[in-house]
Amino acid sequence: MVKLTKRIGALVLRLVAFGAALAALIVMVTSRERASFFAVSLEAKYTDMAAFKYFVIANAVVSVYSFLVMFLPKESLLWKFVVVLDLVMTMLLTSSLSAALAVAQVGKKGNANAGWLPICGQVPKFCDQVTGALIAGFVALVLYVLLLLYSLHSVVDPFLLQKS
Amino acid sequence: MPREKILFAGGGTTKSWKLLLGLRILAFIATFAAAIVMGLNKETKTLVVATIGTIPVKATLTANFQDTPAFVFFVIANAMVSFHNLLMIALQIFSRKVEYKGFRLLSVAILDMLNATLVSAAANGAVFIAELGKNGNKHAKWNKVCDRFSVYCDHGRGALIAAFSGVILMILVSAVSISRLSINSNKFSTAAAVASP
Repeated sequence: MVKLTKRIGALVLRLVAFGAALAALIVMVTSRERASFFAVSLEAKYTDMAAFKYFVIANAVVSVYSFLVMFLPKESLLWKFVVVLDLVMTMLLTSSLSAALAVAQVGKKGNANAGWLPICGQVPKFCDQVTGALIAGFVALVLYVLLLLYSLHSVVDPFLLQKS
Repeated sequence: MPREKILFAGGGTTKSWKLLLGLRILAFIATFAAAIVMGLNKETKTLVVATIGTIPVKATLTANFQDTPAFVFFVIANAMVSFHNLLMIALQIFSRKVEYKGFRLLSVAILDMLNATLVSAAANGAVFIAELGKNGNKHAKWNKVCDRFSVYCDHGRGALIAAFSGVILMILVSAVSISRLSINSNKFSTAAAVASP
């Protein structure tokens, strides 16, 4: 009985993580704004920054992986492999979130010493959508850390935790 | 038997113990070097900004790692991971005779995995900002920094290479820790199977 609730809990966690990664992906891809001042038209897309492209790719990989693992049967021997892959996916998520956050921070506040002006004043809706995508990515990251700990706990004999 | 050695002698000198110690020393060196090189990264240059008549106006510009929050996070995270590695090395060397009770080996493996993700986040965040500094960004009208501050960029490049090798080494350390954990638990499960009916 306890095992069943644990399994269902893990499945629900993975479903929510899949949803969060997918949401981050979609919100980032659909963020696009065109602003024009004087005679110059400026269009901000997610492909302008390499970090945002990496964020989209990483979240796509994580979404596909989560979707596939949801259907893995319980007695499969691949669960030992899932621990390693969970660690790799968590590292992908942290690195993509960190990169996108660093670039978005420069876009919002600028960098006075390098002479980089902030762009959020000119394209506010783009900035808001990117912020939303980053928040969804952060939720996916937190859930994936929990999933990593759960996979480790379920593959390595849980007997270990109760040993005094 | 090597399996008992992991549990009861705190490791002894089994092959996995030596491998783990070697990998941890390398990871400590890599992350410590990355933190130090980026922490001391600073370049001051006097550049001609404008010309009034025939007199050039000079301004002194400084490129400092503290201006970029991504680099500050890089230094702090690498320092934390190198401290973790140092602590684990000390734990490994000085606890040979201590018995590994249930939760200790698991917490070592979990901490190794979490630190691997931390150092990967730090290295990646810094590398994308460094790429912006090297190539600029036409769409946002951000110009390059590296053509003027080449020493700053070189040191940054070295620190990033050290950090990425630290990432790979932390992944290997996590893998060896998890395998030691599963060997340990196999011993428990077989002992339980023998002990119970």
